[in-house]
Amino acid sequence: MKSGRFWAWVVFALGAAYFFIPLIATVEFSMRMRRGVYSLDAYKVVLGDPRFQATFGYSVLAAVFTIILGVLIVVPTAYWIRLRLPQLRPIVEFITLLPLVIPAIVIVFGYIRMYGSNSPLPFLASGRGTDALLVIGYATLALPYMYRAVDTGLRTIDVRTLTEAAQILGAGWGTIITRVILPNVLIAVLSGAFLTFAIVIGEFTMASLLNRPAFGPYLQNIGANRAYEPAALAIIAFAITWGCMSLIQILSRFAPRSANRPN
Amino acid sequence: MTDLSLSDHAIAGKTAPPSEARAFRLPTQWLGVAPFFIFAIMFLILPTLYLVLGAFQNATGTFTFDNIVGIFDPPNLSNYIQCQYDSWISWADGNCRLPTILAAYWISIKISLASSLIGAFAGLAIAIAIVRGGLPNWIRSATLTFSGVASNFAGVPLAFAFLATLGRLGLVTVILNTVFGLNIYAHGFNILSFWGLTLTYVYFQIPLMVVIITPAIDGLKKEWGEAAATLGATTAQYWRMVVIPVIWPSFLGTVILLFANAFGAIATAYALTGSSLNIIPIVLYAQIRGDVLHNPHLGYAIAFGMIVITGLANVFYIWFRTRSERWLK
Repeated sequence: MKSGRFWAWVVFALGAAYFFIPLIATVEFSMRMRRGVYSLDAYKVVLGDPRFQATFGYSVLAAVFTIILGVLIVVPTAYWIRLRLPQLRPIVEFITLLPLVIPAIVIVFGYIRMYGSNSPLPFLASGRGTDALLVIGYATLALPYMYRAVDTGLRTIDVRTLTEAAQILGAGWGTIITRVILPNVLIAVLSGAFLTFAIVIGEFTMASLLNRPAFGPYLQNIGANRAYEPAALAIIAFAITWGCMSLIQILSRFAPRSANRPN
Repeated sequence: MTDLSLSDHAIAGKTAPPSEARAFRLPTQWLGVAPFFIFAIMFLILPTLYLVLGAFQNATGTFTFDNIVGIFDPPNLSNYIQCQYDSWISWADGNCRLPTILAAYWISIKISLASSLIGAFAGLAIAIAIVRGGLPNWIRSATLTFSGVASNFAGVPLAFAFLATLGRLGLVTVILNTVFGLNIYAHGFNILSFWGLTLTYVYFQIPLMVVIITPAIDGLKKEWGEAAATLGATTAQYWRMVVIPVIWPSFLGTVILLFANAFGAIATAYALTGSSLNIIPIVLYAQIRGDVLHNPHLGYAIAFGMIVITGLANVFYIWFRTRSERWLK
């Protein structure tokens, strides 16, 4: 067992080195902008760039709409599947996994061909329409994560009893979903939301092919034209991802534990 | 709204004739999932089908295999085969060139395969180390948290991080050069090459593997090890006859998932190499942006080919997963 522990440390140390060296290198590179000394100039330049603020704001807004759309589609569906249509579960699970199978670039290519200006549903004819299509595309990308998070959350509560109790007290369907089910799965929904946020913020393919002024294409553009700013942006992006994941970790500690799934 | 009520249904089941209740409820049952299915059909299934059908049509809409044949580019492919044959006959390195699209598929498959295999073995080793290695508990939770972050740290920022590390002026390149006198670029390494890209992809493949495989390692029951030891098995026998048979279906399944994950990725490669490395998502990207192949239907065929490859990978994934689930109840 002793040698086992030794090798475990070796593997862990090698892994840690592979993962931390690029991060250290990026931090170091991002501070090399001023010749000879380390400085935060690159960060100042990046954060002060109006295009950074505009594209980042755009992506945050897109992420918020994506989360709202995702919740509106996923929560009622997952709830209804659990309550009334369990026979549809395999089909719905299969569909929610499709975005992992079909590459994002293929999905957006389909959108471009199907929803162009001459089509019956001309999303791409206007800027607002294209924004909407981008949010829809993001919602499909987030679907696997959102559905799994919500479904796991629903598993921990007794959907049927809660629904019947609410109905006996005279609640309608809107009330049941918004005031009984949603609060109970809120933590699961929020962890799905943060994951969605992390995915949307840096997404490049869809935003770039739909010509939207999002953060991902801005990152790419800076990367092609500048030396030190990209490293600073990578650190900022990593910090955002880290923030989202930490929030998920913290939230999961508050998630309800049910009798049939004690761990 | 109210006629969907569950208590109505419960009462109806007891009082009213069932056939009548069924006939009345059937359409409303489906209303609950209708938004999801409409969304999925409109924005996931139809756009994909549109491309798949388009791959088998020409500009006038008639059915044809020309686009699929176009991917294989028969004249250039036969040149390639002829060149391979000639250089084989003459024992020479003929420097044969595959048709562009096929070459792009091939390099994509190679990068995806290499990064998923390296990521899978390294991730498996790390997962075993943190679950079974007797490391302190905080290392396990820290590793899992970090893996959650790193598996989502793909795309453009990852490319920047690797340029800062292994680019011509990157930290590791410079340190290797100044401290050890080793100029990796002089020795043929390039971040914009097959191995550069593979090494970069591994950064999100390993953590993904750790996240997915750790529950499977956890599923290895302690009792099995004890039972094996009681029966006199050596550690090697325990691994060969217990651990590997139990782990390998979920291991292979995850490799395939990692493969699909790398195969569809474009942002990292595009930010890293621009369009200099011809992987298939970048070829498709260029085709969508600029119609570089002057035939949109060839673009459909490229997209169709990508779906076929990731789809096949996932058919295997589902198959392996159902096999592994028998053990990990």
